[in-house]
Amino acid sequence: MKLTGSEILIECLKAEGVKTIFALPGGVVLKIFDMLHQQKDIEVVLTRHEQGAGHMAEGYAKATGKAGVCLVTSGPGMTNVITALADAYMDSVPLVCISGQVSTSLIGNDAFQEADNIGLSRPCTKYNFLVKDVNDLATTIKEAFYIATTGRPGPVLVDIPKDVSMAKTEFTYPSSVSIRGYNPTYEGNKWQIKQAAEAIMKAKKPILYVGGGVVFSQASKELLELAEMTQIPVDMTLMGLGAFPGEHPLSLGMLGMHGTYSANMAVHYSDLVIAVGARFDDRVTGKVSEFCPLAKVIHVDIDPTSIRKNIHVDIPIVGDCKAVLRELNQILRATVNGNQKDLRKPWWDQIREWQQAHPLAYQQEPDGAIKPQHVVKRLYELTKDRDPIVATDVGQHQMWTAQYFKLARPNRWLTSGGLGTMGFGFPAAMGAQAAFRDRLVLCVAGDGSVQMNMQEMATAVVSKLPVKVIILNNRFHGMVRQWQDLFYEGRYASSYLDTTPDFVKLAEAYGAVGLRASKVEDLDAVLKEAIATDKPVVVDVPTYPYENCYPMIPAGGCNHEMILEDPPELKRRMAGAPSAGSDENKDTILTA
Amino acid sequence: MEHIISVTVENKFGVLSRVAGLFSGRGFNIESLSVAPTLDPSMSQMTIVTSGDERIVEQIVKQLNKLIDVIKVVDLNESEFVSRETALIKVHTKAEDRAEALRIADIFRANVIDSTPSTYTIEVTGDPKKLEAIINLLQPLGIKELIRTGRVAIAREAIRPALSQPKKIARE
Repeated sequence: MKLTGSEILIECLKAEGVKTIFALPGGVVLKIFDMLHQQKDIEVVLTRHEQGAGHMAEGYAKATGKAGVCLVTSGPGMTNVITALADAYMDSVPLVCISGQVSTSLIGNDAFQEADNIGLSRPCTKYNFLVKDVNDLATTIKEAFYIATTGRPGPVLVDIPKDVSMAKTEFTYPSSVSIRGYNPTYEGNKWQIKQAAEAIMKAKKPILYVGGGVVFSQASKELLELAEMTQIPVDMTLMGLGAFPGEHPLSLGMLGMHGTYSANMAVHYSDLVIAVGARFDDRVTGKVSEFCPLAKVIHVDIDPTSIRKNIHVDIPIVGDCKAVLRELNQILRATVNGNQKDLRKPWWDQIREWQQAHPLAYQQEPDGAIKPQHVVKRLYELTKDRDPIVATDVGQHQMWTAQYFKLARPNRWLTSGGLGTMGFGFPAAMGAQAAFRDRLVLCVAGDGSVQMNMQEMATAVVSKLPVKVIILNNRFHGMVRQWQDLFYEGRYASSYLDTTPDFVKLAEAYGAVGLRASKVEDLDAVLKEAIATDKPVVVDVPTYPYENCYPMIPAGGCNHEMILEDPPELKRRMAGAPSAGSDENKDTILTA
Repeated sequence: MEHIISVTVENKFGVLSRVAGLFSGRGFNIESLSVAPTLDPSMSQMTIVTSGDERIVEQIVKQLNKLIDVIKVVDLNESEFVSRETALIKVHTKAEDRAEALRIADIFRANVIDSTPSTYTIEVTGDPKKLEAIINLLQPLGIKELIRTGRVAIAREAIRPALSQPKKIARE
């Protein structure tokens, strides 16, 4: 029987096990939506903006480990989803984006809502396809999912012209894919792995530096075995949080610009850095020429281009983190002898000293303004037993959540790392909630970030996605304000938001639940109420506006040269600053 | 340092822009690029002349390999290779210069492929130094137009068995 391109697309999605797609219709994809409307296997979450659709698909993908799917129309639909594609590309998120295109006969004619989708998405996708013939559609979809989810995962765009979605042909779904230019390496080079094992046995101050690759290759178990067997401390990147249990005694937490003191000191003074599924991003390395100056570097990554891109690597291993760690563990199991705890004692003594000297800290006065860190800490304490999924936007609140919300397992952490996309968190949380209807999904957001995709509140209400959004409301673009305080003599150029909406009323206007915690003593009760509510909830928490996120390595600085508290000149300046960002203080804030 | 990279790619639309986009997006140099189908019409061969230190060239090779439409990448500098470039040079020729133009063409074993009363179009093939040399000699006569193909290159077949094949830059 012959099927239309639209039906073929749906059959392909079903064959790939897709249960939910995030979509917004338009002229050239009407046929596809019409067909989606007439079936029940795939749920369509109608978003209010294509960027939301893209981020929801990302949240879905990060939480499930499977490809997220979004469907958008041509022209503006496509241009709106580009931020999400670029975000997914930077953070290696498996995504299949279906975009509509004008009919093949009109392509290039500047037709209504035409855009060069292939040209636009080329630099921010792993691969993209324009399907010019309905006979190629099934193979293309198969290839798209294959490319998105294998090797280093990433977003793939499939551009489907209107006439292709309507044309008919026989449908057969290919059972396998072969692309001669694409053969990712999974097994690491055995000789190199042996070298790595020897280096680990010789090292006195080794450190594991693990990133998102461990999460995507589901190598947490292998990582835990490696760390416990060898007693090597574990630093995680922002993307790697959850790859190793945050409360584990071997975990030093996050490293990098806002990493912990011990994580950064350990990597700086280490004699062997074992990088697994991480890419030596500038937010981790700081000044690249002085990153881990004393260390030999082992780098395990599935993407050969990541290796030696930023820093010199002594033992490169191209391969899947899980496969390589398994192999490495096997060698080490046979070689590790004696008590590793005793062997590592001098190194751990040093690390414990660092941990005690400068732990993560903040001052919460019981009757003072609520400190943002305190909100995250309480949220963590109140929800950790429920194994929640946590999304964040981008900025100070993101860093505080990374510091204080100690995730125990992978695939619980939805954040925008590489691209740093404000507005990511709320839709990403909804995508994860769509995949796991019964789980607790939290989104810690800033008052600046959350407004970038606030419109999706309607989607949350209509599609019954009961995410809990906790807004750390400091009425600033907080991270911008922090940099201005530290590096621009406190001139708050365009960082004060002046009027933020009443988020409680806004939530209610959308049909969601709005709550507010204005005092420290109310915080727990309000958070508990939010968690217990079976609807989308927005919790507005006005916080102390001038709190800065420390430790901080200034951009281009060295990892052992962290700013640990407000510098004296800033303290002096702040002594005269208003105590909170209320309207009466607006003029003072702007001239502070 | 200059490197000549030979890239075998899928012969389909959009591949050239993926390769060009990679170079522009990552700030790599392209000095010249030539592309044409291979014996197998489903593939094309690109010869890219680029430059950079060892680390950059390593990244260029790896990034090219990462492109899904790229089938094989060979950094020809890793072995012996020969390269050639063709130029078409349209020279103004006054009556008294015409013999001189032909003499120069003859020295470089170049061909005159088009002739008008006031111009010769000379076709010359060689390595870049040879092309520079003939261009320099023709310049005083007045070059009206100059078109160069960019270089194409191929690995030398080894004479000694020990150096059998050009080293492939495999996907690591």
